[in-house]
Amino acid sequence: MKYADEFRDPVAAKALLDAIARVVDQIGATAEKPVHIMEICGGHTHAIFRYGLDKLTPAGIEFIHGPGCPVCVLPRSRVDECIELAERPEVIFTTFGDAMRVPGTQKSLMQAKADGADIRMVYSPLDALELARRNPDREVVFFGLGFETTTPSTALSIQQAAREGLTNFTVFCNHITVPPPIKALLDDPHMVLDGFVGPGHVSMVIGVHPYDFITKDYGKPIVVAGFEPLDLLQSVLMVLEQIRDGRAEVQNQYARVVPEHGNAVSIAAIEDVYEMRPTFEWRGLGEIDESGLRIRDQYKAFDAEEKFGIGYAAGPRDVEDPEGCACGQVMTGRMKPVMCPQFGKGCTPEMPLGALMVSSEGACAAYYQYGGARAVAAK
Amino acid sequence: MCLGIPGQIVAITDEARMMAMAEVSGVRREVNVAPIATGTLSDVVGKWALIHVGFAMAEIDEAEAAATLEALRGLGEAQETLEAMAAGDAALEERA
Repeated sequence: MKYADEFRDPVAAKALLDAIARVVDQIGATAEKPVHIMEICGGHTHAIFRYGLDKLTPAGIEFIHGPGCPVCVLPRSRVDECIELAERPEVIFTTFGDAMRVPGTQKSLMQAKADGADIRMVYSPLDALELARRNPDREVVFFGLGFETTTPSTALSIQQAAREGLTNFTVFCNHITVPPPIKALLDDPHMVLDGFVGPGHVSMVIGVHPYDFITKDYGKPIVVAGFEPLDLLQSVLMVLEQIRDGRAEVQNQYARVVPEHGNAVSIAAIEDVYEMRPTFEWRGLGEIDESGLRIRDQYKAFDAEEKFGIGYAAGPRDVEDPEGCACGQVMTGRMKPVMCPQFGKGCTPEMPLGALMVSSEGACAAYYQYGGARAVAAK
Repeated sequence: MCLGIPGQIVAITDEARMMAMAEVSGVRREVNVAPIATGTLSDVVGKWALIHVGFAMAEIDEAEAAATLEALRGLGEAQETLEAMAAGDAALEERA
């Protein structure tokens, strides 16, 4: 129990862990025949490893690390397109720092910056808007990245740019949505999932009802969870109790932040600015129908794909994952990170080969940082 | 970028753009409050919010703000966010 004393309330943690162990016993789950619980969100993956929850909970629970890290599911083709945009002399390319080290086929944004491209790390799309105001003779492109949590921020920024009549601000839109890849994974005959820990901050925006299909169509439980370790333990317990009782419900453990119907202002902004693409490419999962957003015609002056004729605006393309990289299999739970032949050898957080090693929310980076691999590799 | 950070709204700075000054872990940063400003704009002053990439996305109470900040510090995310804010400020001044 080396991690347990790090909990804010060790007594509560111990009580939750005891309750989890009891329900696992009642279910009859064992190391040989575990229940498979997927935490969808990369932030939860990070917290599970940071606090050793996978080790503190019984061997009868197997955590499957879901596709909820937007940096990790970004395909190489989109990174290449970022670099193509960034290398245009008139462009100031703005991005969240998280995306800087994601490898493209030739290089990352970090390397492109070192090669002279004007790439700037920003905290917010509002910084990109301000850059556009201050640099009227330059084209400011913002790399719009993320799930429903960050989608409202670019939608509201595009609306603001439209109100101001800015003509030198565009968004390279890579926003994706959580429910479609979950459906794709549930439809995969090789995937064994017994329940889900649902994302907290995505749900803060969209509410809990977009997950109804998981319970109604697939008969699996889902519990929307907060990010504190106690939130996660409580949520895992709630998922297990549903499995034990044969229930499949959407429950909201994080109601103190997540309203049942989400955030109305954010949902309205998303619907005003964006529409579904017919299909969007995910690293490791391939093209998934109606899983990514594009900017509506009404706002196409702010769409970098339209303005610069790249990406889906330039037609279909096909970029394979790098040789030896098993991100796809790890992402779909078929392989543990340490089973990848490149793990800790050709692929480390310092020199990532695959995207799952880039972000602290990626399963491989989490294994590497908290699973002792860093120490092993250092020897 | 996904986890956000708690901050307290201290003043409205630009009513038309729905911008306000927020205090985040001792650092002041201008944020957009549109998602939490469902009534009179000035009502958000004094409130705590979860701030994601410069937008106040959800109103929270002070105890929740403190607990969330502690959890973020445990994950190293609080420092990362504050550094990203500083990098964003620097990017505005950078010369190509």
